[in-house]
Amino acid sequence: MENEFILGMTAVAASVLIGMGALGTAIGFGLLGGRFLEGAARQPEMANMLQVKLFIVAGLLDAVPMIGVGIALFFVFANPFIG
Amino acid sequence: MNKASFLKTLFLACILLMPASSFSSATEGHETEPTHSEEFSSNDYISHHLVFNSEAVFSGEENRFWTLHLDSLFYSVFMALLFCTSFYFAARKATIKPPSGWLGFVELVVVLVDEQVKDTYHGTSKLIAPLALTIFCWVFLMNFMDLIPVDLLPWAGSLVGIEYMRVVPSADLNITFGLSLTVFLLIIYFSIKIKGLRGFAKELAFQPFGKWMLPFNLLLKLIEEIAKPLSLGLRLFGNLYAGELIFLIIALFTIRAATEQFVIADSGYMIMQFLLGLVWALFHLVIILLQAFIFMMLTVVYLSMAHEEH
Repeated sequence: MENEFILGMTAVAASVLIGMGALGTAIGFGLLGGRFLEGAARQPEMANMLQVKLFIVAGLLDAVPMIGVGIALFFVFANPFIG
Repeated sequence: MNKASFLKTLFLACILLMPASSFSSATEGHETEPTHSEEFSSNDYISHHLVFNSEAVFSGEENRFWTLHLDSLFYSVFMALLFCTSFYFAARKATIKPPSGWLGFVELVVVLVDEQVKDTYHGTSKLIAPLALTIFCWVFLMNFMDLIPVDLLPWAGSLVGIEYMRVVPSADLNITFGLSLTVFLLIIYFSIKIKGLRGFAKELAFQPFGKWMLPFNLLLKLIEEIAKPLSLGLRLFGNLYAGELIFLIIALFTIRAATEQFVIADSGYMIMQFLLGLVWALFHLVIILLQAFIFMMLTVVYLSMAHEEH
C-alpha cells in the first residue's frame, strides 16, 4: 500500500523527536543539579530556598521535551499524514 | 488575612476559572475510531481509550469547532466542586486553636501557597493568593485522576452505556488551554489596570530597544506574550498525556487475558504489569504534584511581572 513510506518516516520522526528532547533535558538537568549541589554545599542555610527554585526550573526544563513527546505520540497513534 | 474575605475571593477565583473547559475543536471524533476486528488488537485498545466522549453543539458535519468533551467537562467540574466544598467546610471551622485533622491539612496547604505568593508577588491585589490556591489544588485534583486504573471508570461507564470516557481532564488540550488562556486574560487585565492603556502600549512598543526600533520591539514583545499561555497549556497537557499513554501501554501487557485467550504466561505478564504500573505510578505522583506547583508558580510570576514596570 502507498502508506508504507509515510509510516516509516513517521516512525523515524517520532524517534528523533523523543530522542533529541531526552538528550537536551538530560544535559540540562545534570547541569542544574550540579549547580544546586555546589550552591547548597557553599551555603547550607540556603539549601531549602534553593530546592524550591530547583523544582521550579526543573518544571520549566521538562516542558519542551514533554511537548515533543506529546507530538511524537500523536504522530504514532493518530497519524495526520495518512489519508 | 480575614477568613471571610479570603473565602469570598476564593470563590471569585473559582468562578473565574470555571469557563476553563472551553468550546474547542475535538481532537478525535467518533469517525476516526478503527473498525473492530475479531481479534483484540493493541492498536484498537489504545485508540479506543484515546477517544473523547464528544457532543456536537450544533448538528452538521462541518461544525467540528463547537464540540463539547462531555467527559472532561464533567470530571473537571466535579473536581472543582470537590475542592471548593471540602475547603469551604474546613474554613468554616477555623478557630484560634491549633488545628488538627482535615482542618490542619487545609491550613498547611493554604500556608504553603501563601508563602510562595508572598515571596514572589509584590503587588496589592487580593485576587492572586486565592487564585494560586485554586489553580494548585484544582490542577492537582485533575491530574490525580490519572492514578486511577486506566480501565476502571471507562468499564463502569460502559456498564451504564457510555461508550467512550477519558477521565483525566488535564490530558485534554481544551482544559489546559482554557486554564492558560484565562491566566493570559488576567495578565492583560492586570497590565492595563496597573499601567494604564497608554503605559501598556508604551511598554509593548518601546521596551527592549528605543523608539526607533518599534516594529522589532513589537514583534519580540508579542512573541514573548504569546509564548506564556502557549507554554503553560502545552506543558501541563504534554506531561499528563504522556503519562496516561504510558499507563495504557503498561495495561496492554495483559490484553490477551481480557479475551478468552488466557495462557499460563499471562500470569507472569500480570505480575510484570503490576510492578511496572507501580513504578510508573510512583514516578507519576511526583510529576503531577510538580506540574500543579509549576502551573501555580508560573501564574504568580507572570501576574507579578504584569504589575511591575521597568
